This record gives sequence, structure tokens and C-alpha cells, in this order.
Amino acid sequence: MTLLAVDWLLIIEKLVLIAIIVFASLGIALYTTFAERKVAAVLQDRPGPNRAGPFGLLQPFADGLKLIMKEEIIPTSSNKALFVLGPGLAMTAALMTCSVIPWSSHIEIFDRKIDLQIADINIGILYIFGVVSMGVYGMMIGGWASNNKFSLMAALRGASQAISYELAMGLSLIAVLMLSGSLSLKTIVDGQMAAGSYWNIVYQPLGFIIFFVCALAECNRTPFDLPEAENELNFGYHQEYSSMKLGFYLFSEYINMIMSSAVMASLYFGGFDVPFLDESTLAPNIAAIIGVAALLTKIAIFIFVFMWIRWTVPRFRYDQLMNLGWKTMIPLALFNMLVTGALILLKAGV
Amino acid sequence: MQALTNRAQEVSRKPMTFMERLYIPGILKGMAITFSHIFKKQPTIRYPEQKREFSPVFRGLHVLNRDEEGRERCTACGLCAVACPAEAITMEAAEREVGQENLYREEKYAAKYEINMLRCIFCGLCEEACPKDAIYLSETFAPANFTRTGFIYGKDHLLIPNPVTEPEAYAEAKGQRN
Repeated sequence: MTLLAVDWLLIIEKLVLIAIIVFASLGIALYTTFAERKVAAVLQDRPGPNRAGPFGLLQPFADGLKLIMKEEIIPTSSNKALFVLGPGLAMTAALMTCSVIPWSSHIEIFDRKIDLQIADINIGILYIFGVVSMGVYGMMIGGWASNNKFSLMAALRGASQAISYELAMGLSLIAVLMLSGSLSLKTIVDGQMAAGSYWNIVYQPLGFIIFFVCALAECNRTPFDLPEAENELNFGYHQEYSSMKLGFYLFSEYINMIMSSAVMASLYFGGFDVPFLDESTLAPNIAAIIGVAALLTKIAIFIFVFMWIRWTVPRFRYDQLMNLGWKTMIPLALFNMLVTGALILLKAGV
Repeated sequence: MQALTNRAQEVSRKPMTFMERLYIPGILKGMAITFSHIFKKQPTIRYPEQKREFSPVFRGLHVLNRDEEGRERCTACGLCAVACPAEAITMEAAEREVGQENLYREEKYAAKYEINMLRCIFCGLCEEACPKDAIYLSETFAPANFTRTGFIYGKDHLLIPNPVTEPEAYAEAKGQRN
């Protein structure tokens, strides 16, 4: 169906896909908060939230309702426009990441092939990096607009941490890009799915560890949660926030977690690939559903590891954080990059 | 400076070794420990449904006892009030009228008997002082209340149910105590 030289079905299809993915990520984020509390509880030998609904399953809705019903406070001395902009920016940046992640191969409805990826742009991974660095602005603007020393300090810490770790993250990523020869996430995943090739984790164990640690830092998760250091900075950059604006900040953190898990799964763990299963022998729709399930399982495992680390490792001191980032992570990532490049050249027989 | 005790230990300030600076082995060790806790038994008691068992000598809320025929044992002698270190007990005595023999065991009884649960320290000295076995400390504790006056427990709160007319409620209030 083309009208005015525009494929309208494509637009509808993409809009539906966007709606599904945005609401699904919000829903998953909602239950990630619940999972966080449950995981924390189980790791600490206690039952966790179990009052609201069966097994406490309605707890996230109760929490959300509570956040919405709370009084909305905008401090008089704050920069009001920026104060409101902050959480919105954090949330937008968090949600924008999901547009280039290939959720599965494709489904076929009425002879129409629908890719389960919002946009397969050829610079997908660069786009993710760009959007993730935008997420820092949400934090910085929030901390600055609050007109509170603690918030500002936390925002500064968060910004410097994000910038330092983004470098090592990018460098560890270059090694993956050397292997796959493409910036498009879809191509990277397809390369891992192809017969006779292994997941990138096999070729890039060191790169994955660096990427994972940097992802923890990017998501402000423990042990790198300095912007939210309760005991030194009261509550961090969102100290002055209340009601749903605070909710947006907390929520965007969880969405960031989901998205970075999805990116890690796509880059290193074969995305929607199921190990030891040849998807091309299945009907495309079934293969697509299995693929989505596989990717979601990988994401869930990553999120569990994130939480597991949070309830195990204490927070780094600021100087330790910077030392680790600049003196360990970046040299290691450079080393990894050089070794990968050398091996690729050797294999090519130049 | 002389140390007060010989328990002080010198802090190790030697720089971290290479393995320690890698962090990863230490972190993995810690993660193994936390993971093992998933399979450990939770010590939690899910309170309103489950309750912790008190020890047999637990001293909880007071009960004014009755004898087997359902008559109040208290004679308002005031020994409990004298014994009470917190001065939580007040009472007013009255004389038994003709025809009240089935209500009060002896010819004097407590017309008013009040314990201020905010003052009470649950020491159990009233129980020890009582010559008539009329007061003892039960296995429950005072529930929360919205007002201070709500914590002044009168005879309506303290008196045990009548064993003749309400044997089940009596047994429940009596608990494991003899």
C-alpha cells in the first residue's frame, strides 16, 4: 500500500512495534523493581514484599500508585524549567535506546515480512552510545536544577563517572566491531547466529568483562552507584525530587538496566539466538517467538546478575572508581583491541 | 601509649597484591557467598499469621484470676500495689453483699482494679506478692492504643472469663500457665 510514495503500512507497523516495545519495557521495568526487592530479600535470607496480592505480585502497582499520589514539590530556589526537564530527559534517553535492538528475526503476517526491530540503522551501536551519553544530561540537569549542594555533587560525580567509563566501553566495543565488521546490531547478531560461528563471548571474554563493568557504571548500579550514594550525599542527584518525577528517575535506571542487558546479549551472547538450534529450519513466526523468548531470558539473567552484584559488592570510593576506570579499564580495553586486531590479521594471513 | 587492653590489632597497610587489585576473584568469592544464601532457610516469622512462641516464664499482660466456680479471687488486700515498683496498680475495695457469694470468693473484693500498662514494667512482683493467687502475668502483651487512657486497664480488661459459663474463653486466656 503506497500512497504519495510512502509505504503507509510500514509506518503503521513501526508505530505498533514502538508502542509494544515502549509499554513492554515499562512493564518489565515495573516488575524489575519488584524483582530487585525480591532478589535482595532472598539473598539476605528474608521473604521480601509478599503482602500485596499473591506472592506480593501487585507490589509494583502499589509502589507506582504511591509515587503518583505523593505531593509534587518543586523547590522555590530551583530552576523550574530544567527541574521538570531533567526526569523527562532521563526517561526519554532510556527509552530511545530500545529502537535499534533486534528483538527477534521477523514475523510474517499476510505475506508481509515484519522485522522485529524498530530501526535497523547501519550505525546502530553508535546511536546507542549517543543516546546513552544523553542520559547523563538527565542526571546532570536534575542535579544542577535542584539548587542543592548534595544533588550537584552527585550529578558531577555521575557525569565524570559516565564519561570515564564510556571511553573504556567504546574501546572494548571496537574489538567486537572488528570481528563483525559492522555497526548494525542486526548484522552483529546475524553474524553470531550463522552456522559454524560462535557467540562473541567466545572470542571476546576480556572485552565482555570490560563492557559489563562499564555497563554497571553507566547504569549507576552498585558498586558504581556514587551518584546515588545515600550515606555521603543523602540521596544523590534526585534528592529534591518527589512524586512521579522521582519515579521517572528511578524508572529510567531500571529501563537503562534492561536496555544495557539487551545490548550485551546482542553483542556478546548472540542476541535472539538459541544455542544448538538451527532457526532456519523452523517456520519464521515460530522462530521469531522463540527468538524473543531467548532474548528476554538472556536479559533476565543479566538483570539478575546486576542485582546479585548490587547485593554483594560494596560501593567504590571515588578515587578508586577513577583509578579503575582510567588506569585499569582503558589500558585493558586497548590491549584487548590490539590483540584482537593482531589475531584477525594473522588469521587473514597478511 | 599504653594500650588499655591487649585486644588491639595492628591494621595491615601493605599495598594490595596484583590478585587483590584485580578485584574479580574477591568479587566472585563474595558473589558465591551471597548466592549460597538463596538456599538458606529464612528465619522470618510471618507475624500476623505466625507468632513466635514465648518461653514458659514469659511475663505478659496481667490476668485477674477466678477460682473453679468462677468467683473472683481478689480480696483487694493491696499487697500487689505495695509490691509494684512502678506504682502501676490502683484499687478500691468493697464489701461483699448478701447474695453475691457466687461472684466473689471472700467477703471483701476489688470494686475497682486498674493497672496502667504504660507504667507497668512487667516484673511480676505483683504475682509473687499475691497471697490469693488472684493475679498472674499471661502470655500476651498489651496491644497498641491511640490514647494514653486506653492503656489503663480496668477489671473489664483484666478479669479472666468465667470458667463455668465460658470454659473455652477461660482456657484460652489461661494459656499454658497453671
